[in-house]
Amino acid sequence: MANASSIAGTHFQSKVRWHPLEYAFWACTLLPFVLAPNYLSLASQIAITALFALSLDLILGYAGIVSLGHAAFFGVGAYSAGLLAKHYWAEPLSGLLAAAVAAGIAGYALSHVVVRFRHLALIMLTMGFGLLLHEAANSASALTGGADGLQGFKVPAVLGFRFDMFGRAAYAYALVLLFLCFLVCRRIIHSPFGLALRGIRENATRMPAIGAPSLAHLRKAYTIAAVMAGLAGAALTHTTSTVSLETLSFGRSADVLVILILGGAGRLYGGIIGAIIYMVARDQFSGINPQYWYFWIGLLLVAVVMFLPNGVLGGLSALRKKAQ
Amino acid sequence: MLSSLATVLFDGFAYGMLLFMLSVGLSVTLGMMNFVNLAHYAFAVIGGYATVTIVNKLGWNFFVSLPLAFAVAALVSVALERVLFRRLYRASDLDQCLLTIGIAFITIAVFAWFYTSEPQSVPAPLPRDKPFSILGAQFGQYRTFLIVFGLAVTAVLILLLEKTRFGAQVRAAVDNQRMARGLGIDVERAFMITFALGGGLAGLGGALSIEVIGLDPSFALSYLLVYVLIVVAVGGLGSIGGSFVAATVLGITETAGKYYFPWLGAFLIYLVMVAILMWRPAGLFGKR
Repeated sequence: MANASSIAGTHFQSKVRWHPLEYAFWACTLLPFVLAPNYLSLASQIAITALFALSLDLILGYAGIVSLGHAAFFGVGAYSAGLLAKHYWAEPLSGLLAAAVAAGIAGYALSHVVVRFRHLALIMLTMGFGLLLHEAANSASALTGGADGLQGFKVPAVLGFRFDMFGRAAYAYALVLLFLCFLVCRRIIHSPFGLALRGIRENATRMPAIGAPSLAHLRKAYTIAAVMAGLAGAALTHTTSTVSLETLSFGRSADVLVILILGGAGRLYGGIIGAIIYMVARDQFSGINPQYWYFWIGLLLVAVVMFLPNGVLGGLSALRKKAQ
Repeated sequence: MLSSLATVLFDGFAYGMLLFMLSVGLSVTLGMMNFVNLAHYAFAVIGGYATVTIVNKLGWNFFVSLPLAFAVAALVSVALERVLFRRLYRASDLDQCLLTIGIAFITIAVFAWFYTSEPQSVPAPLPRDKPFSILGAQFGQYRTFLIVFGLAVTAVLILLLEKTRFGAQVRAAVDNQRMARGLGIDVERAFMITFALGGGLAGLGGALSIEVIGLDPSFALSYLLVYVLIVVAVGGLGSIGGSFVAATVLGITETAGKYYFPWLGAFLIYLVMVAILMWRPAGLFGKR
C-alpha cells in the first residue's frame, strides 16, 4: 500500500513541476506592456477570453461535458458585478467575489441537471438553459437594462490603479486574475480529483464501477468552471464599465467553444493559445470587413477539425513527437 | 375570441409545417449515422437564395422555382456529404458540431458576399389581402397552401419510408446500423439518398419560408438552427412522426406565445424544450 501511494506521489510530482516553456510563456504575457502599449485594451480582452476558455476547458476538455451554453455563467458574473457597481459600490474586488458567488450558485444548481445527460440531450440542454437566461435578462429590462445593456456606472480603479484609456491597469488586472485562476486549474488538473475527471471523460460507465463518485465529481467540476466563467464576466464588466446583453448570448457560448477547440481542448494552455489566435485574428480581419470574418473563422474550424483534431497545441506536440 | 383562436391555431400549424420540412431531413440523417449536422440549415438558406434568384433575376413563377430550389439544395448536400461529412462519421459529436458550424459560417459569408446582408424578398406568390373567411375566422391563402403542401409532403415521406424497399432499408439502418450492414444493405447509398432528400426538403422549406420568415444570410444561424435543433431533439432522432408532432407543437406554441404573451418572447419555447428533454432525454418519440 505504501508502495502504491509513493508511486502515485511521484506521478503527481513529476506532473506538477513547471516546464521551462511555461515560465517563458508567462514572461511573454508581460511583453504587451512594453512592445504594444496601444493594444493593451485588446490584450485585456484576450486575457478575459482566455480565462473564460480555461473555465470551459475544465468541464469540456477534462471532464468531457460538452456545453453550448457556457456564456450563462459569464453573463451571470458580468451582471452581478455590474449591478453591484451600479447600485451599491464600485470596488472591483468585492465585485469579483459577488460574481463568483452568484455564478457558483447558478452553476451548482444547474450541475444537478446537466451531469445526468450525455450526447445531443446534453448539448441541447446546456444551450436551452443559456437561451432561457438570455431571454430572461432581455425581458427583465427594469433590472438588466434589456437589449441596451447595463450602463451608467463607472469602476474607477482597482487597488488604487486607475482604469484609464491606455488600459494598463485593465490588462494587469485581467492578467493577474487569469494567472491566479490558471494556478488553481493547474493544481486541480494534477490532483487525484483531476485524474478522476479524466477517467470519467474516457469511460463514464467504468468509473462508478471502480467506486468513483462520478456525478459528484462532475458537479464539483461544473461548479468550479461556473465560478471561473463568472470571474471572467466580472472582469469584463470592471474593465469596460458596461454590461451588454451579448455577454449571455448563444454567440458567445459558440465563440468560446471554437476558441478552446482551436487551441486544443484538454490541454491547460489550449484555451489561452486559442484566445490569443482568435482575438488577434478577429481584430485584424474585422478591421477589413466584419461580415467576412465569419468566412475565415468557418474555414479555420473546418481546417482544425480535418487536419488538427487536437487543436494547435495538439498539432505542435504531434510534430515534436515525430521529430524525436 | 374563438375566431382569433382558430386563426392562431391555423397560423401556428402552417408555421409548424415549415419547421417540419426544415428539420425532418436532419432528424432522419442524425438517426441513421449519428452525424450532428449543424450545417443542415445552410441547405435551407441555399434553397431560399435559389428561389430569390430564379424569381427576381429570371422572372419565373414562384411555384416553378420550388422544385428547382429542392434540386439545388439536394445537389449541394450530396456534394458536401461526399467530400467532407463522410470522413467524420466515426468522429466525436464535438468534432462533427464544429466542422458543420464552420461550413455554416462559410455559407453565411459567401451569401453575404454575393447578395449583401440585406434581407431578400420575392413578390407575394398568393394575394396577401384576400384571406378565406369561415365563420369570421381569417385563413391566409399562402398559409393554406403551406398546410396542404406540408401535409402532402408528410404523406409522401411516410409512404416512402413505410411502404417501399428503400424505406425499409432506411428504417433498418436507423434501428441498428451494424446489423443492417450485416444483412447486406448498402447503408452508405441509403444514407446518401436520405441526405439528399433531407437537404432538398430543407431547401424547399427555405424557399417556402421567404414569404413567412424572410431571408438574409444570418437569419438561419440565430433563429432557424435553434428551432430546427429543438424540433429534432424534442421529436426524437430518426422519427418522422416525432418531428411532425414536435414541429406542430413548436409552431403553435410560438405563434400563440407571440399573440397572447408577447412579453415572454421565446422564453416559453425554451422552457418547454428544457422540460421535455429533462423528462425524456431521447425526445418524445426517440428510441435511444
